[in-house]
Amino acid sequence: MMRRRCLVLLVLCLSWAATAVAQDPVEQGVRIGITYTPGLRPGMLVLGGPQSAALDSVRAILRRDLEFSDQFEVITLPSGDSSVLGISAVSGSGSGPTAEQTLFVNYSLHAALGADYTVAVLPSGEAGTVAVVAYDVRGETERLRRRLALTDPASEAFRMAVHRAADEVVRAATGQPGIAATQVLFVSQGRLYRVDADGVGLVQISPPGVTAFSPAWDPSGRRAVYAELRDGWGTLYVHDFELGRRTLVRPTAEELDIAAAFAPDGQTLAFSRVAESGTDIYRYNLARDCCLERLTVGRLSDNLSPTFSPDGRQIAFVSTRAGGQQIYVMSADGTGQELFAPFDYGVTGNSNAPEWSPDGMQLAFHRDVAGSPQVFLMDTRSRTVRQLTSYGRNEDPTWAPDGRHLAFVSSRTGRRQVWIIDIETGRVRQLTTVGDARLPAWSPRIGQ
Amino acid sequence: MKTKVAVILGMAAMVVAAACGGGQPEPVVPAIDSTAIRDSIARAEARRRAYEDSVARARAEAERLARERAEAERLAAAMTAEVRTMLGTMVNFDYDRSAIRMGRDTEVLQQKLSLLQANPAVMLEIVGHCDERGSDEYNQALGMRRATAAKKWLTDRGIADGRITVRSMGEEQPMNPASNEAAWAQNRRDEFRITAGGDRLVKPAGM
Repeated sequence: MMRRRCLVLLVLCLSWAATAVAQDPVEQGVRIGITYTPGLRPGMLVLGGPQSAALDSVRAILRRDLEFSDQFEVITLPSGDSSVLGISAVSGSGSGPTAEQTLFVNYSLHAALGADYTVAVLPSGEAGTVAVVAYDVRGETERLRRRLALTDPASEAFRMAVHRAADEVVRAATGQPGIAATQVLFVSQGRLYRVDADGVGLVQISPPGVTAFSPAWDPSGRRAVYAELRDGWGTLYVHDFELGRRTLVRPTAEELDIAAAFAPDGQTLAFSRVAESGTDIYRYNLARDCCLERLTVGRLSDNLSPTFSPDGRQIAFVSTRAGGQQIYVMSADGTGQELFAPFDYGVTGNSNAPEWSPDGMQLAFHRDVAGSPQVFLMDTRSRTVRQLTSYGRNEDPTWAPDGRHLAFVSSRTGRRQVWIIDIETGRVRQLTTVGDARLPAWSPRIGQ
Repeated sequence: MKTKVAVILGMAAMVVAAACGGGQPEPVVPAIDSTAIRDSIARAEARRRAYEDSVARARAEAERLARERAEAERLAAAMTAEVRTMLGTMVNFDYDRSAIRMGRDTEVLQQKLSLLQANPAVMLEIVGHCDERGSDEYNQALGMRRATAAKKWLTDRGIADGRITVRSMGEEQPMNPASNEAAWAQNRRDEFRITAGGDRLVKPAGM
């Protein structure tokens, strides 16, 4: 019954998607590239029992993380059934209060429910901890057992610990860790905010009274760089999340410097300096606090929004050297500047906000299509471009560390908000619900 | 001996006194020249009046001068305010463009050019702004282009480069926060601020 309903929904979704695609004006030579492959995703059964407030909050976070990974058909049973499946199968691996609980897993039953993997959250036997256990249903083996300290369920440390366990479950099932233990920075009404990848735990990062702009993470996830705009000036600061304070990037104190990016070594910054003579990309060695270098010299053009390739050897950036804004690439020392994302002069819309994917294979950016920005992807080797979004204004894409999710700003509901798209399935979800959100930056995996 | 002299003098005095007593005619009082006195009084009066008149005239003159000065001051302040407004008049831009548009905007800049020439102490800051539609980061560069375009228009016509500074606000400070073509057109602009020498401003002759 449930499956049939899913199927109907699926058909509806697909037909809606097809009409949406058909109605959109698409540039010639650009393919709207979402391949819907639902049903091929492995089933993930999250067991409900045994029940307690703490175990249930772990389960709730875990289930949502697995859902948001977009990699599984998360199988949800009516809570009673799920509990019965969990509890009835519990058998102690020893006796006494310290015995860690294990499940007798009825693999054939789970397989019949469509599960390829089963996750259980069990009392670990040690006070104040729980165990997250993942089973391979087809292989009929336990694949992962991770013990978690149960602290305040509302605390960031607790939520992050559960997110990390969820990411390990994803790794156990797919070989690649998930992205639950990540965070997104964004700007809303001049303030810099950080929110967990599941939309929980919104905190303001920038100090009160400043106008924050263009944040970017450092590769460790412990720091971020952003600009503070003040009366036409833009100063770069590096915010340290552990210390909870920001440090001035020295040579940016009395300029209009914006749109910085960390090199993968975490020591070098590239940023854009907006000046009367034009906008150019500079490089600065943050670790040695020295050696400001100008990488572009565009007297009659603007060069901005640098993004490093993951090997640190190249920088993609926006340049107006051919008129409109388009995506170029150069070596990290500024040599070998050339066009990166192909365009038809006078036809292709402006292209902005490039961000190199974590595996280096793709470049995400936004390009104006019929007056509205849309998210595009380019294969960095073949340099073929495909359009990812088509409904509303969609801009400023930023990669999740798994290289298959992008956060971007969309006005599809009227107000600008940060949304997340899974580029494998095309599934989208809204991340933020603040007044107005823009300039998102997705973190690397935090604390891993 | 001394006593004797005193007694004699006393007696002599008594004799003189008796001789002058009753039975003698009225003493003659010398006549008073009343005309001279009246004249003297009149002269004094005239001097006083002349003094008061001159004080009054001086006061009136001072008041007139003060009024004139206040009027001049008022006119100068009004002219300064008018020139400030003219110098502060914004220019607008087409979407994603930084070219100065012929017509209304070049007239606005021509006026600023004349005013900058007539007021050589004035220093100007030009701040470029964008509408919300372009890329957020690119709009910072575009705002700078717009400010620089207006500066170049003025310096190309002889205004010293050092008198004008440029900045960009990108799309961060819209005049009109609405999301429609009218608001966007308003928000694509250069603002002009006087940063020095703006206390007393004059209009050139014929403006």
